[in-house]
Amino acid sequence: MSATAPPMRPVRKRSFDRSVYLSVGLALVGVALTLGPILYLVLGGFKTQGDLAENPTGFPDPFQWQNYWSILSAPLFWRQLLNSTLVALATTLGVVLLGTMAAYPLARYKFRGREFFFVIFTTGLMFPLTVAVLPLYLLLRDMGISGLAGLVIPQIAFGLPVTIIILRPFLKALPMELEEAAFMDGVSRIGFFWRMLLPLAKPGMVTVGVLAFIGSWNAYLLPLLLLTGDPTGMTLPLGVTTFQGQHSSATTMIMAYTSLAMVPALVFFLFMERRIVDGLTGAVKG
Amino acid sequence: MTALEASGVDQGSAVDAKASAAGPRPMTPVTNHKRRDTIRKWGEITLFVGPALVLFLTFVVYPVVSAARYSFYKWNGVSQFSDAQYIGFENYARALFGGTDPDLKQAFTTQYSQPFWDALGHNFAIIGLSMVVQLPLALLIALTLNRKFPGRSSVRVIMFAPYVLSEVIAGVMWLIIFDPNGIATDFMHSIGLNPPAGGWLEDQTWAFWVVFFVITWKYIGLAIILFLAGLSGVPEDLQEAASIDGASWWQIQWRINIPLIGPTIRIWAFLSIIGSIQLFDMVWVLNQGGTTGQYSTIATYMMQIGFFRSDWGYGSAIAVIMFFISFVIAIAYMLVVLRNDNTDRVRKAR
Repeated sequence: MSATAPPMRPVRKRSFDRSVYLSVGLALVGVALTLGPILYLVLGGFKTQGDLAENPTGFPDPFQWQNYWSILSAPLFWRQLLNSTLVALATTLGVVLLGTMAAYPLARYKFRGREFFFVIFTTGLMFPLTVAVLPLYLLLRDMGISGLAGLVIPQIAFGLPVTIIILRPFLKALPMELEEAAFMDGVSRIGFFWRMLLPLAKPGMVTVGVLAFIGSWNAYLLPLLLLTGDPTGMTLPLGVTTFQGQHSSATTMIMAYTSLAMVPALVFFLFMERRIVDGLTGAVKG
Repeated sequence: MTALEASGVDQGSAVDAKASAAGPRPMTPVTNHKRRDTIRKWGEITLFVGPALVLFLTFVVYPVVSAARYSFYKWNGVSQFSDAQYIGFENYARALFGGTDPDLKQAFTTQYSQPFWDALGHNFAIIGLSMVVQLPLALLIALTLNRKFPGRSSVRVIMFAPYVLSEVIAGVMWLIIFDPNGIATDFMHSIGLNPPAGGWLEDQTWAFWVVFFVITWKYIGLAIILFLAGLSGVPEDLQEAASIDGASWWQIQWRINIPLIGPTIRIWAFLSIIGSIQLFDMVWVLNQGGTTGQYSTIATYMMQIGFFRSDWGYGSAIAVIMFFISFVIAIAYMLVVLRNDNTDRVRKAR
């Protein structure tokens, strides 16, 4: 959309050969393969069970709102949406706050053992949740932490390594004169952290925050172990698979439920696309 | 762990409170001043790093160490761990070659070793196919989207969208599409081919490919975005110079763009390999790896054995093996492949 080409320089013109049509064609195939299944899912939610069987690819006929309406008018979906939102917000807040706090001395203090502490956190990258999940489940059970809190606390812990790794160089890059000036004015280090560093570190914090939020929003393994039983206590991903298990014969209902569960993520993505991409590419470049 | 937590945090805040109370008072003897500063500094460090460190040690490091400990026991996860029976490396031996008991070897090979190697084989097949299928495909799409044409940025956003969707949503969506009575079956009929008789995800030859297709659909967006970010760093005058010299579009890609984004490609490959070893969510949503484990992965196998069949010792051994594999691959890859990139970067910086 935004890429309407500027007036073409001669050089551009020469490199503009016929193969650009090939590129556009390829792009269209890619878009169709990406959006096709999603559209099929969303439209399927508007179909009756019989219509889906007879007319799988066509437009819904009759076009009926009933599937979507019955989900939206019952509390279950909204409860799970709320659960997912609360867990994701709490996880993001915890990861960003604790991560920034830890990254600050690791980036800007001089003390013995600094690199050692940093390395301890980086080893966390090698411990995926999958490896730790069985003992983690037992630990939470023994500590009596259950439900959504049991989800938030480990998610924060597992989100810390990548947060600290991204934020440390970011905090390091802020000029050292800032601190010197602040200390001259009699500001304590803690005061400096709250009043100067946090506002300045905001872009970096938004980046790691967005990544933490998406990670929590999509999480499946931990909820699968922790949030068994009552569907009203589940987050959306687990809610979707549970709904799918309970309504296995009503395909169009599952399609509607899945489509609705997809909406918040897509809206968030459209608003945060730049941030997400910057975060991911930035995290990879290190 | 709790002792460490208590002492660490309390000390930190106590020292800090004392330090800040004494802080603003000027003109103290120099030696005292210096010592107080050191205490105060460590207090602050504890205050800032402490909470994160405690959380990390408790909920990441401790469970990982526990997994290593459980892996030497026969334990069902329900009874007290102190009653569990220590069996040394038997869990590992069962997974790798059917155990050390010659009488049970035959049975344990079928029961433990075979599914383990099957699952591991699927992980490595996914790694190999990612390099052979996803890499060229993502590269082609990224190079395509690197050209200027109307609507390009929308195409980028759309093709990246599946990466942001949760594995569950993508998985359930494809589960419906590949239902034996679903649209994929209809499509096969409409072009005059026979769909797999037992269903897409049950058929021994089709199932794995269907799963790989779904994985590709879900994750190729990341590769494309990373490659595009790399391509945006390639200086445009290089390409223009080549084009003035009469190089075709393909020659420019092959000789300039692709070599120059080599480091990005290698990092993506690294992420992809590690991700493939630890692959869980997507495969679990797609019928938990298949009824006979026809596309199981190490992680889904671990969950099935450890959690749902309550063989925690064996499940933990599988987890440790999985960690060990990704650890070895990560170290090897960093030493052999990525090291050159880093030294390149250092050289360039100089």
